[in-house]
Amino acid sequence: MMRVPSAAILWRRHRTPTLAGLILLGAMLSFGIPRFGLINEYWQFILITIGINVILALALNLVNGFMGEFSVGHAGFMAAGAYIAAMGTSRWFPADPALVFPFAVILGGLGASVLGLVIAILAFKTSGDYLAIVTLAFLMIVKSVLENIDAVGGPRGLLGIVPLTTLPWVCGWVLLSIWVIRNLVYSRFGRGIMAVREDVVAANLVGVHTREVKILAFVVSAFFTGVAGGLFAHLLQFINPRMFDIIKSTEMLVMVYLGGMGSIAGSILGASVFTVMMELLRPLAAWRMVVMPLILVLLMLFRPRGIMGLTELACFKPREELPTPPAALPPVP
Amino acid sequence: MSRLVVTDLSHAFGGLCAVQDFNLVMGERDLVGLIGPNGAGKTTVFNLLTGVYRPQRGSIALDGRELVGLPQHRIVGLGLARTFQNIRLFGRLSALDNVRTAFYARGTSSWLAALFRLPSSRAEERRILGAARELLDAFGLSAHAHEAAGDLPYGLQRRLEIARALATGPRLLALDEPAAGMNPAEIQRMMEFILWVRERFSLPILLIEHQMALVMGICERIVVLDAGRTIATGTPAAIRDDPAVLAAYLGTEDTHGAAAAD
Repeated sequence: MMRVPSAAILWRRHRTPTLAGLILLGAMLSFGIPRFGLINEYWQFILITIGINVILALALNLVNGFMGEFSVGHAGFMAAGAYIAAMGTSRWFPADPALVFPFAVILGGLGASVLGLVIAILAFKTSGDYLAIVTLAFLMIVKSVLENIDAVGGPRGLLGIVPLTTLPWVCGWVLLSIWVIRNLVYSRFGRGIMAVREDVVAANLVGVHTREVKILAFVVSAFFTGVAGGLFAHLLQFINPRMFDIIKSTEMLVMVYLGGMGSIAGSILGASVFTVMMELLRPLAAWRMVVMPLILVLLMLFRPRGIMGLTELACFKPREELPTPPAALPPVP
Repeated sequence: MSRLVVTDLSHAFGGLCAVQDFNLVMGERDLVGLIGPNGAGKTTVFNLLTGVYRPQRGSIALDGRELVGLPQHRIVGLGLARTFQNIRLFGRLSALDNVRTAFYARGTSSWLAALFRLPSSRAEERRILGAARELLDAFGLSAHAHEAAGDLPYGLQRRLEIARALATGPRLLALDEPAAGMNPAEIQRMMEFILWVRERFSLPILLIEHQMALVMGICERIVVLDAGRTIATGTPAAIRDDPAVLAAYLGTEDTHGAAAAD
């Protein structure tokens, strides 16, 4: 028989009960809420949207926050993920969408990361601030291409996508993206990514293969953005090219900068606060789109580092990363 | 066997000859100083050695392996580490992370292992953490391990930058003005520190320095550059009395005349 470690042992071993507790709570709630109807469908929709936005913010933070580059084209990766996943469940394998769904979402993520790889290879060929321009162009290309392919519905987009994005799925993907991005950030590649942000010349000269880590960060970021797109498509049940324009990219930027650059906790906070705020502002209708950029401007003026700003909650760090009391000072000349 | 052999290294920016026919041989424990007036090409030599610029002519061999044409991270991986004239730490990263970043080139685990925190990646991270802590201990920086590098006092930043360079596992250490902006007492400490680093890590050190007290005090050999050319090489005592060096630093009627004629 398999030995299952008791909760008490897990608790002690991890020393970060907050994270273990959150995971347990999230898993229980995500299954419990739909089953027992704890909250109405509207609030379930909001929770799912928060989850998708958390994934988007985490992914973009990897490039814009941790690496300090500036991408404005992530809505393009989201579109790629959304279209690929939606085509998977509604056109390519319509027989059993529920079974295909997880694979379709992963395929969407992989499709987006292949695009990300191409963009990264092109944009990081030379050093300099080309990424913003290249990603902006990429975003425009994606939108025009989608509008002109009849197989994916042209400007009308894809309709009648099966609503398969449930709370448990979103919860699972959120946890996976937090875990993977945390792993990356606290690895030798992650320190290379942050070194690129701090001083790319010094990064090169302490042996960081800067091109390699830039491409890695961008591809991982594109993957999770694509996954979020796939989940998004199966939440709204329809997608069209206009959904994935510069406004969508701006929303992601606001979430990242609101929460704090280079912080996992910040991205989670930023995405949650932003989503709830946009819902509360719904009565303003079109004026919401005025409020959003205004928030961005005010943020840059008064708190340019966002809510968390380069700091991290201990529960999002691997155990070895937590400070230990320093040893006594040995004699040094 | 010589650790570093530089032969006829030359580089020009546009028409300006920054370094011309630079030669240098360094043994396993040599401490060599590179001096010269401002604009003599000292930092350019460092940039050529570390692959920031690709030399137009000449060769650089470390442990018999040619470095010219290799990308910077490969050169570091082969064992040539440096520090900067104006300190270039990763300011918002902790002192510990600054040192750990420099283990990058020595890492072997794959990016997939890192993403999923596979045993190979975890073991490597533990090794890196242990080695980085050891370095910080040796440099008396453990108490500051979790402080942002940019918040450390100047002297400790200098020290941390050297620790970071040593984390790459160098076969030769190049220091660009390690005592810049220091007072005599601090310079004295830096001299002892450099000698200690050489003993502790048993490697040759090449240093650029304007502080003559330091260069004359610890270097066994000095190379003097002026306008890209090597004008003298020798022991500190020999360099001190070399007329060409005096001319380069203080100027003479002749060199002024020559400069005007150019």
